[in-house]
Amino acid sequence: MTLFAFLLLFAGAIFAYTLNLRAAQSIRNGGGNLHSLTSFHGMYAFLLVLIPAFVFLLVWLSFQGTVINALVQRSLPADVTAGLESGPLQLIMAEIASIAGGRMFGTPDEWKLAAADRLVNLRVTSQWLMVAFLLAIIAGCIYVARKRVSATFRARQGAESIVHALMVFCSVVAVFVTIGIVASLVFETFRFFQMVPWYEFVFGTVWEPQIPIREDQIAAEGAFGLIPVFLGTLVITVIAMIIAIPVGLGSAIFLNEFASPRFRSIVKPVLEVLAGVPTVVYGFFAVLTIAPALRVFGETWGLPIAPNTALAAGIVMGFMLVPFISSFADDALSAVPRSLRDGALALGATRGETMMNVLFPAAIPGIVGGVLLAVSRAIGETMIVVMAAGLIAKMTINPLDSVTTVTVQIVTLLIGDTSFDSPKTLSAFALGMVLFLVTLVINIFAIRIVRKYREIYD
Amino acid sequence: MNMYDTERTEAALDVKNLKISATGVNVHYGQNHALKDVSVQIQDNTVTAFIGPSGCGKSTFLRCLNRMNDTIDICRVDGEILLDGRDIYDKGVDPVQLRARVGMVFQKPNPFPKSIYENVAYGPKIHGLTRSKSEMDQVVERSLRKAALWNEVKDRLQEPGTALSGGQQQRLCIARAIATSPEVLLMDEPCSALDPIATAQVEELIDELRSSFSVVIVTHSMQQAARVSQKTAFFHLGSLVEYGDTSTIFTNPTDPRTESYITGRIG
Ligand SMILES: Nc1ncnc2c1ncn2[C@@H]1O[C@H](COP(=O)(O)OP(=O)(O)OP(=O)(O)O)[C@@H](O)[C@H]1O
Ligand SMILES: [Mg+2]
Repeated sequence: MTLFAFLLLFAGAIFAYTLNLRAAQSIRNGGGNLHSLTSFHGMYAFLLVLIPAFVFLLVWLSFQGTVINALVQRSLPADVTAGLESGPLQLIMAEIASIAGGRMFGTPDEWKLAAADRLVNLRVTSQWLMVAFLLAIIAGCIYVARKRVSATFRARQGAESIVHALMVFCSVVAVFVTIGIVASLVFETFRFFQMVPWYEFVFGTVWEPQIPIREDQIAAEGAFGLIPVFLGTLVITVIAMIIAIPVGLGSAIFLNEFASPRFRSIVKPVLEVLAGVPTVVYGFFAVLTIAPALRVFGETWGLPIAPNTALAAGIVMGFMLVPFISSFADDALSAVPRSLRDGALALGATRGETMMNVLFPAAIPGIVGGVLLAVSRAIGETMIVVMAAGLIAKMTINPLDSVTTVTVQIVTLLIGDTSFDSPKTLSAFALGMVLFLVTLVINIFAIRIVRKYREIYD
Repeated sequence: MNMYDTERTEAALDVKNLKISATGVNVHYGQNHALKDVSVQIQDNTVTAFIGPSGCGKSTFLRCLNRMNDTIDICRVDGEILLDGRDIYDKGVDPVQLRARVGMVFQKPNPFPKSIYENVAYGPKIHGLTRSKSEMDQVVERSLRKAALWNEVKDRLQEPGTALSGGQQQRLCIARAIATSPEVLLMDEPCSALDPIATAQVEELIDELRSSFSVVIVTHSMQQAARVSQKTAFFHLGSLVEYGDTSTIFTNPTDPRTESYITGRIG
């Protein structure tokens, strides 16, 4: 039925197109002097029908489920629903829906069968109503469009302004999605802070999000201290940057200034491949190669090394970021005007001196911007640490110890059966909020620095 | 007084000495034969002007003299260029050392994104020409004075060189080039970004520099060539057409191409 509605929609739009095209053609053939080409008249009608009808369909489809559910729920016998909370009520509704879909378990109550019947009926009615409304809208739009056709009508501008409005809408959608994501994050975080005071979260040094499920269970009360988790993220990020910055900058400087064109033409694509490797694969690499190697290394030197070390995750994350930093630095170095390089060489500086004293300092703002963006990627990186870092939050900065990160905790908190009203689950949103804020600040800094640097040479 | 000054004085006594002697220079950019069999003798303590229509190879020849063409991958230079009787394209010659002796000022001002002081001090620093901070201060001040910039910047030596006006930047680049005390100064259209006043200052400066250096200047302005130079070389389509005393070239050229270029019929 939905498919049929969409076909109807396109058929209507195309019909409107030909109708107006013909009408315009007949005006022209009758000796009229058209303002716009006939195809613009057709296009105008096409858009005028397509857009309102399309919007109507989307709105209808996205709201019909909710409305039908509400109707069915309201018609349930009062003695069953009385005093029920939203959870059990949702279970009942789900059961009714599956009965309506023909899947029955055992013999359901009479009233459930009746409700399922009503559900099916309502759905069918809704479909028919939708098609009826759609037809009415299409017909109305065709009528309006057709009436507009005249020699003086500016269909060209008309069609253009519709397209213009459409593009404005698209950009607004992007903005609203962003706002929506942030708002949901803020909202859930707020709920979390109603259960756990914010100072406990921000300054707490213990992270044990386990909450007793049964009243009599002997378990920790649940502690939500951000610091040990964030410390883990920091340790891994620092290790990653210790690897990524020198290797990335070194390779960028070499490729930019010293490498032969042949060498460059081989190494650059390899770096790009490295940038394209999915992070899961980096995760394998960390677990299967780096971690065992570290363990063997630790045993030979008698060092106590945990099975999931921050070091392994950090090293692999560092290599993941090498191409990122390298390409940023390479771009920044290439953007330094050739005249500066010539100026230094003409003074009798060697290529190394030219690079170190002139090109590199001139490129530093761009490079710093790239490094900051890499840091924010390291902080937000999830897959590698889920696979290679640990789960237990510890107050440690020992890279040979097992640490956990903000992203790992978010993943573990939300995996499996969750209900969105316990502090355990909601704390994931608070962690997400922390990540969001930190990376936001870093990105703003990075973008500012990169911009400022562009202004100098453009 | 440091040792360069004594050297300078000795050199200055030796007027009309041959400084650079180029014979049969050919330059190719890939397949493009940009410079064809050019031979020029450049004298010490003389301003030599290169003139000619755009694309005739003036800059290319200038860059041969300090081996800046080495930095262009596709460029190939053949022929013999002697500086004080030694082939600068000899295997034993270090181009980095050579460029310290043959300074260059570019068409577009290209100050480093460092302070004014550091811009001027950069050359002496990398070549280890000074032994103390005060000596460096002297070199910087002397170079800026010679470049007619000292009075404008003496109170803000720590400001970035890129913050100066275009004309000031160009004079800063000249100061930077003369701070290393080169023996030859190559200037590729040094006044093309300057207003008439700054141009006059730079021309005055070039005339002054003649007492210590051999100056080679590329220019598109006939008047400038006539004003500042003693020798003029006219290039056309990659060949050296005519070379001689500036007064002769401008008043009594032997080649018809030179005459038509000077009077404005080609180029
Ligand atoms: N880097 C380069 N790569 C390839 N070809 C070049 C390069 N530089 C110059 N050429 C070529 O060499 C020839 C001479 O160029 P050159 O820059 O020496 O001219 P010019 O006389 O300085 O001109 P202008 O007065 O416009 O500065 C031109 O044909 C030019 O295309
Ligand atoms: Mg030139």
